Amino acid sequence: MRGATHAKWAAGAAAIALAATGCGSGGGGGGGGGGSGSGVVSSSWGDPQNPLEPANTNEVQGGKVLDMIFRGLKRYDAKTGAAQDMLAQKIDTSDSQNFTITVKSGWKFSNGEAVTARSFVDAWNYGASLKNNQKNAYFFGYIDGYDKVHPDTGSQSADKLSGLKVTGTDTFTVKLNQKFSTFPDTLGYVAYAPLPKAFFDDHAAWLKKPVGNGPYSVSSYSKGSLMSLRKWDGYSGTDKAQNDGVDLKVYTDNNTAYTDLLAGNLDLVDDVPASQLKNVKTDLGGRYINTPAGIIQTLAFPFYDKNWDKSGSEKVRKGLSMAIDRAQITDTIFQKTRTPASDWTSPVLGKDGGFQDGLCGGSCTYNPTEAKKLIQEGGGLPGGQLKISYNADTGSHKEWVDAVCHSVNNALGNDKACVGNPIGTFADFRNQITQHKMSGPFRAGWQMDYPLIQNFLQPLYYTNASSNDGKWSNKDFDKLVDRANAETDRAKAVSLFQQAEGVVRDNMAAIPLWYQNGSAGYSDRVSNVALNQFSVPVYDEIKVS
Amino acid sequence: MGRYVIRRLLQMIPVFIGATLLIFLMVNVMGDPIAGLCGERQCDPATAAQLRKEFGLDQPVWQQYLTYMGNVFTGDFGTAFNGQPVTELMGSAFPVTIRLTIVAILFEIVIGITLGVITGLRRGRPVDSGVLLLTLVVISVPTFVTGLLLQLLLGVQWGWIKPSVSPDAAFGELIVPGLVLASVSLAYVTRLTRTSIAENRRSDYVRTAVAKGLPRRRVITKHLLRNSLIPVVTFIGTDIGALMGGAIVTERIFNIHGVGYQLYQGIVRQNTQTVVGFVTVLVIVFLVANLLVDLLYAVLDPRIRYA
Repeated sequence: MRGATHAKWAAGAAAIALAATGCGSGGGGGGGGGGSGSGVVSSSWGDPQNPLEPANTNEVQGGKVLDMIFRGLKRYDAKTGAAQDMLAQKIDTSDSQNFTITVKSGWKFSNGEAVTARSFVDAWNYGASLKNNQKNAYFFGYIDGYDKVHPDTGSQSADKLSGLKVTGTDTFTVKLNQKFSTFPDTLGYVAYAPLPKAFFDDHAAWLKKPVGNGPYSVSSYSKGSLMSLRKWDGYSGTDKAQNDGVDLKVYTDNNTAYTDLLAGNLDLVDDVPASQLKNVKTDLGGRYINTPAGIIQTLAFPFYDKNWDKSGSEKVRKGLSMAIDRAQITDTIFQKTRTPASDWTSPVLGKDGGFQDGLCGGSCTYNPTEAKKLIQEGGGLPGGQLKISYNADTGSHKEWVDAVCHSVNNALGNDKACVGNPIGTFADFRNQITQHKMSGPFRAGWQMDYPLIQNFLQPLYYTNASSNDGKWSNKDFDKLVDRANAETDRAKAVSLFQQAEGVVRDNMAAIPLWYQNGSAGYSDRVSNVALNQFSVPVYDEIKVS
Repeated sequence: MGRYVIRRLLQMIPVFIGATLLIFLMVNVMGDPIAGLCGERQCDPATAAQLRKEFGLDQPVWQQYLTYMGNVFTGDFGTAFNGQPVTELMGSAFPVTIRLTIVAILFEIVIGITLGVITGLRRGRPVDSGVLLLTLVVISVPTFVTGLLLQLLLGVQWGWIKPSVSPDAAFGELIVPGLVLASVSLAYVTRLTRTSIAENRRSDYVRTAVAKGLPRRRVITKHLLRNSLIPVVTFIGTDIGALMGGAIVTERIFNIHGVGYQLYQGIVRQNTQTVVGFVTVLVIVFLVANLLVDLLYAVLDPRIRYA
């Protein structure tokens, strides 16, 4: 009988426990969820990998915040991707190498400081300087004097870029070390954002609570869990925030974020997990966005390996490309959130920007019989077997690599022709790539920094370029890129870049797989949600009902 | 007793050094973490070299380890790649996980032992078989299944709780995650208690106590339960460390920013400082919990003496 009372007590405890949690969710006053009833949007976020500084942020999560609190000289239109003047009054050049930039007057940082030409020059000098460890430093590599401020080895011999000169409160000049006609269009990238004096005076305090000149200001930031951004009333631009603010909540797992969205605990998820893509339409109805972004996935090859760089091996690469059934993989594995690629850029560039649908032609069309023939003509698979390397820690890389291998195996009629080669962590994957340890093709993803065809070609395929991981090198390609950069006429520059892309195609320097879309889901509390071409939500336009 | 404690404390030193060295080497074997810091592109060599120098990665591993341990003894656990000191990460993560662990342990103690006593006293009856079957189910279903299922049912379908825990992670919000975390251990505690009670019920001292005419309640709590708890206390003691370190799955499901979350981030980003720092603290927790368990023996059973 005594036991029975124990049991009752336990049941009672459980009941109280459940009641307590029920209360907890009803109260909702705490950590700033969606329940406050104001016009604040709550959105999912990932913990930024690096300290939040414009020239040090190279991934989407940190970039998201910087895009809300900073405005640079240019800004990319959320729909067309065209670079439009933001703080730039005008950018003049006569030779594509010397630029005179006039900054609009009257703009302020949210701490009251004025945005002047100096704010830009100081920020760029800081970003380029080797001693500041800025991961985006190479963005300033085109500016004269970069080799002194940021030498490849040894210590720097100058603190400031000689190519930057302040010529007035609102004007400064930029001298580049080579002709670069589309340079002004790159200035929308966040690394080129202006910085207030407060950044240099008390760096640690600034990092705790960044101050910028954008439509939002940071109201509180607890690292690793929550950043509250609020509409800044003193904002000088015309693109004022349409809501009262944004709460960015860190999620370790995008599945949890999605669950929170379904439970009405979150307004916006900008990364719908692959496992939910099947149900997302029934779950959210029209509140699901799936739009193209400036991201392309490719298979890169180790050209430093003799086996992959002998004559005739381009036939093997073309054959492999033809052996991949892109349409089926994007349909079944990615639920149409990827589009089979037919060139090496992205549809977001548009026709005028250099995107050319079908440039790859037959080489990117599924044709198993032709594939087998080409591979045999090219001398067969190097080493007899294809190993596709990928990092297994994030994304659904395993699924598609297995599918690609399956497709190749089918085409070649050999079960063991292609296998996946998983590598534990992204860091280790990158490690093996940079140390040139790859013995076969490896996955490569490219997210554009700015919507220019140059950005899809030069960093990836120019000899010794920063992201030319396969060490592909081709004189014709390099020459065409140089000519394109020197060309002042935009249309001509684009067509030269397309010719360079033709060289990439003829050699199949990398196999284009698919263009990636950005996907997002949102609650019925918010409207006017859209993703820009970097697959980042356009936060300032979101309306809260 | 005092000498025993001192001897145990001294024994902890080699265990501590060995464990941290192992973790240090394991994280190091995975290669250069700087490579992953620049995203899909290669870090420019000058910046990479500079970063490597800043994090001390340019030195030989043994030297890195010695410097690291030297710093640890002065309370400096290094800096994570996002620029935050690891001690700051610990300061935010450990309180959350400790709260979660407390909730889980309370569930184990209250529900586990209660069910164990009930079933132990009623061996073979329907209650016993029912609970046994239930524990079997709980043990065989993986934690992430229970977690996701409860999250979906209570959080989305019925709306009783929020599916994710807020950054404050108050006790109230941690009840369901705590139950999920405790579930498997809870089943073990129930079974251990049940067996132990059922065995001791037939022992001489219990028969004596009953023969003396002591009230049934006193027989159970003072005589039967006290002796039967020894294996259970051992289990719960070692479970403290296991729960804190093993919360990765539960913390991920409910988006709790505790130790598991930081460890996961640290491993994915190959951040030696974070991983070794957190594991070091977990090792200490484990060792101290074990010591406490051993000391508790003497309290539960005075016949156990330590010289």
